[in-house]
Amino acid sequence: MAAEVLETWNGEVVPLRAVPVLPVERFRTIVLEVLRAGGRLSALFGREADGGVVLTAVLADDPEGRLGLLSTRVGDAYPALSSEAPAAQGFEREIAEQLGVRPEGHPWLKPLRFEPPLRAAPDAFGRKDPRATIPGEYPFFAVDGEEVHEVAVGPVHAGIIEPGHFRFQCHGEKVFHLEIVLGYQHRGVEAAFRGGPDRRSLALAESIAGDTSIGHGLAYVKAVESLAGLTAPARAMALRGVALELERVANHVGDLGALANDVGFLPTASYCGALRADFLNASAEICGNRFGRGLLVPGGVRFDLGEEEARALAARVRASWERARAAASLLLDSPSARARFEGTGTVSRETATELGLVGPAARASGLDRDVRHDHAFGIYRFVQVPVTATDGGDVLARALVRLLEAERSVEFAATQLEGLPGGEARVEIGPLAPRSLVVSMVEGWRGEIAHVALTDERGRFERYKVKDPSFHNWLGLAMALRDGQISDFPLCNKSFNLSYAGHDL
Amino acid sequence: MIDILKFRLAYGRQTVAFPDGPPRFPARFRGRPVVDASRCGDGCEACAESCPTGAILDPGEASMRIDLGRCLFCGDCQTACPPGVVRFTNDHRLASRSREALVVSKDEPVLAAALDAKMKALFGRSLKLRQVSAGGCNGCEAELNASGNIQFDAGRFGIQFVASPRHADGLVVTGPVTENMRVALLKTWEAVPAPKLVVAVGACAISGGVFRGSPVAHDGAAGALGDVPVDLYVPGCPPHPITFLDGMLRLLGRLGPRDGAPAVGSPADRP
Repeated sequence: MAAEVLETWNGEVVPLRAVPVLPVERFRTIVLEVLRAGGRLSALFGREADGGVVLTAVLADDPEGRLGLLSTRVGDAYPALSSEAPAAQGFEREIAEQLGVRPEGHPWLKPLRFEPPLRAAPDAFGRKDPRATIPGEYPFFAVDGEEVHEVAVGPVHAGIIEPGHFRFQCHGEKVFHLEIVLGYQHRGVEAAFRGGPDRRSLALAESIAGDTSIGHGLAYVKAVESLAGLTAPARAMALRGVALELERVANHVGDLGALANDVGFLPTASYCGALRADFLNASAEICGNRFGRGLLVPGGVRFDLGEEEARALAARVRASWERARAAASLLLDSPSARARFEGTGTVSRETATELGLVGPAARASGLDRDVRHDHAFGIYRFVQVPVTATDGGDVLARALVRLLEAERSVEFAATQLEGLPGGEARVEIGPLAPRSLVVSMVEGWRGEIAHVALTDERGRFERYKVKDPSFHNWLGLAMALRDGQISDFPLCNKSFNLSYAGHDL
Repeated sequence: MIDILKFRLAYGRQTVAFPDGPPRFPARFRGRPVVDASRCGDGCEACAESCPTGAILDPGEASMRIDLGRCLFCGDCQTACPPGVVRFTNDHRLASRSREALVVSKDEPVLAAALDAKMKALFGRSLKLRQVSAGGCNGCEAELNASGNIQFDAGRFGIQFVASPRHADGLVVTGPVTENMRVALLKTWEAVPAPKLVVAVGACAISGGVFRGSPVAHDGAAGALGDVPVDLYVPGCPPHPITFLDGMLRLLGRLGPRDGAPAVGSPADRP
């Protein structure tokens, strides 16, 4: 990375003033150069500072395990990154919406979440009253021509699913273009973190995406611990790793069942639906909640396991996995089911790179990125989990990645449980460093979670940026549908299984 | 095909014994909390200070109560109180017809009252529900999905989630009801033919939960739907599928007061 970039790593605290503030042209050049050279945009966010707006980029160099920080001060407008780097499109729409700063030349400048502006400034989208608009009041992309038709789905969907709107531009069955409008789930998460940490912050982190309570909870407690200059004890690290992997396995097993359901292969759908519960219940054995809520706390974990309990749990998790693998194999060994997965919803390696996809979606398109490996944190700095990547980029590849990495997660979790490090599981935590910044990354089951915490002079959160992996991956789903059949949408959607709440915050 | 049948035989029946037998929970499962204010220290409010949602009312006083509609069942209050004033039991029965009945102090189960005879006759053996997530984090949604799987199998009681509000007898709301979902939720409610039920599932839909007071949400279904009455509140963050089933079966008059009680003396009953 360029000399002007502040190099840091996952979980390192840096003084806020150490982050270089560059002229906007230089900022833009460096970010684009890093992305062209194979780097990633992990986060890009804005905040009000000294009466103006400061943008900060978090760049990731995965092979080197380093992060780069740089900032720039902008006025009402600046030249967009997205015109050359599609991976920035969501971030720049967010900045425009929150702070009224217009990224000039953005190819897709539309509201992102329909959240009220944070700053008194003219609306970047030219809306008269941004507070009054809700998702759906939206300038949809349209395709014209004979026999071209539109299909609109949502926000309320057929199943028990979160809300979002999908607008398909079709020619017969063929999808020319899918536009995804989100924001329905916007609850004001980032604003609620401001002034924290307080008694609510941890529960808030656990509720960013309820199926990723451990993933987001861990990113939060890690950020707080770093700012307090503390590392969780080894025993806590191991138990956190166990919980994170159980969360991954539960979701992957559930998704394999849901994929089976979407192609009408009911045996696997039924079995995996129930087997998912074995892994949720394993989390509940540790902490009393099926989603791991209440386990994490800054300084360690709130629940410990005795040696016998831990060994018994490891044995149960291994046995459950044997059944889950067999249930998933019924699906993947069935030629007719497999044929529905093959070549459906393909995302090429190039597209995945350009959009900056993360998690299983990226690994299914041949990108071997995984925070546990590239930016190792906690227990993963001592025990490596192999990265599971394949190519193909289709629904089958996304299913296979889930199956294989769940297997490795089970092995990891069980091994940890069979030999938990000794010592205490929780230590007391002191006040947070003032005027500091930390990037806290975790590989959740959907991919890279990044929390960026900035503290004020009292060590309180002045800005708390949350990035769920879905933020990168929703556009991947839209691209997967291009030139595909509209009837494949449910299957493609399930193969990504992205978070609406995590995106909308 | 042979492999499928072999797997099916080896896997066996997965449906839980509930409600004919007691439900089984992990030993550390946190169900209904009980309060013993006689153990409180003078002026101690440690439990309330630890609570993320302000669910503990009058801490340290004889009138101390917990609002299950706000409670996240995180157990922070139990950890914060060495004398053990607040203790979580394994009682999964939490659902109630009225918001007031969710504010508890004594060690008594919360049992939802049944619908009147006419509604019971209409819905008692077949109740189709439309679910709307209005800012739900996918925790409650995941547990509602699970309530229909082969383990909990709500379908055996005639309770099913359907794809269209036009096919539904009621609405199950999750989430604090974001401003961005308010209109869609109202329209879905209007599309359900009368007579119809509204069920609020989870702390968010009952009270706003951890998002209570958010300027972009409405502190739950009651706040967002205006005059629309809520027929059943199901507390939890998220509620266990059995808590949801318990509430629904009691609402439909299909469980007697003693039916479906938790196992007595199970490990979770101890502090």
